[in-house]
Amino acid sequence: MTSSSSRVTAQLELKAPPYPLDALEPYMSKKTLEFHWGKHHRGYVDNLNKQIPGTDLDGLTLEEIIVKSYNKGSPLPTFNNAAQAWRLIWNHDFFWSSMKPGGGGRPSGLVLELIEREFGSVEALLNEFKQAALTQFGSGWAWLGYDEGIAVNPSASPEHNKLVVVQTPDAVNPLVLDFFPLLVVDVWEHAYYLDYQNRRPDFVSTFIEKLISWDAVSERLEEAIAQAAHRVFLSSSL
Amino acid sequence: MAFCALVSKKALGSALRSGAADLGSGLCQIRRLQTFSLPDLSYDYGALEPAISGEIMKIHHQKHHQAYITNYNKALEQLDEAIQKGDTSKVVGLQSAIKFNGGGHINHSIFWKNLAPTNEGGGEPPKGALGWAIDADFGSFEALVQKMSSEGAALQGSGWVWLALDKELKKVRIETTANQDPLVTKGLHLVPLLGIDVWEHAYYLQYKNVRPDYLKNIWKVINWKHASDAFDGEAA
Repeated sequence: MTSSSSRVTAQLELKAPPYPLDALEPYMSKKTLEFHWGKHHRGYVDNLNKQIPGTDLDGLTLEEIIVKSYNKGSPLPTFNNAAQAWRLIWNHDFFWSSMKPGGGGRPSGLVLELIEREFGSVEALLNEFKQAALTQFGSGWAWLGYDEGIAVNPSASPEHNKLVVVQTPDAVNPLVLDFFPLLVVDVWEHAYYLDYQNRRPDFVSTFIEKLISWDAVSERLEEAIAQAAHRVFLSSSL
Repeated sequence: MAFCALVSKKALGSALRSGAADLGSGLCQIRRLQTFSLPDLSYDYGALEPAISGEIMKIHHQKHHQAYITNYNKALEQLDEAIQKGDTSKVVGLQSAIKFNGGGHINHSIFWKNLAPTNEGGGEPPKGALGWAIDADFGSFEALVQKMSSEGAALQGSGWVWLALDKELKKVRIETTANQDPLVTKGLHLVPLLGIDVWEHAYYLQYKNVRPDYLKNIWKVINWKHASDAFDGEAA
């Protein structure tokens, strides 16, 4: 997963969304982006930058930090606050890339094929995704991911790979759950409150219909498959 | 038992509802499924300004709290049916919806009573027994406020910060709960005296990302009289 890795040296940079802050209007307002990216996301980066220098996490990529501090489910206490910030930064970078101006529509190609194989239809997948977003009580995220099945079977072959819909609370991030994220929607209230107030269902429907970047999903799927193939190659050549 | 299942359904007429519970020997009691409704506020939506905007109060009460109640009622109905059918999977499956929505109803019902307009005593520090307990357990009222604000600000994600009475130890202390978990999830011996909602919906339209400012200002409308009464009622 190299598309959003940043080598953390002395200072992590806040990455801008891949479009101007007003580009997602009227579905997500410029005001929301100004606060969500400009205050919340920026805040996580500033917070992290205060905590890294001089520690042995200096010099690692964002993904390495997340996995190392998660420590297979027993989070290292020293890094708990910093780990939270790192996960939030990663999730937010990924969220901006999951959307595009003029987004929505429907997937095609291999994404469509895998969706139909796993869920039956695009509508069924989107319905499950929406339900995951709505039943994530409290703050959190809903994901579409590519599951290599390696959590259960480390030498699983590509036929076992499938698409999954997952929900995570607060700052939890799928890098520790052994699946490759393809798409995410942020359902913390700050993600939609200025535009939709309590109406999370309207926000999620609009995200699905008008904002999803299926191009980004396709690119991520190619990366996921390449990574899975590489993993199989490595294990079979041992 | 089949007859019991029939008579506990909500579709029955009001005559049965109003309480002819005992139908005589050989038949079971009718269980009436209680439904819950939105409690009124004892002040206008705009009465807590400028600490909390009228816009927030209205949406918070009419949309968020109402949604918890609606979904709680729905979950209870489904639970009732699942119990009647002996569908254990369904009963267990409903627990998270009940905890979330029931908790949301409990917590918000407390919250509205924890607030009062400044011209009706909002913000006036507690006197009497609660005041002394706060001094004893925190050093001073100011220290409590500072600590509770900082714990509320540090809470990651959504949740509540509470001033709790520990009935066993007879001390007051600060607790936090996640999402809509009510205070009892931290201990059955804990009584909520004061709860502050730190979900983003409680402050976002006015304070945006600056939760600490919300926490600084909410003290101006905290109803310490209600907290004192709760304390006196339990600590006696």
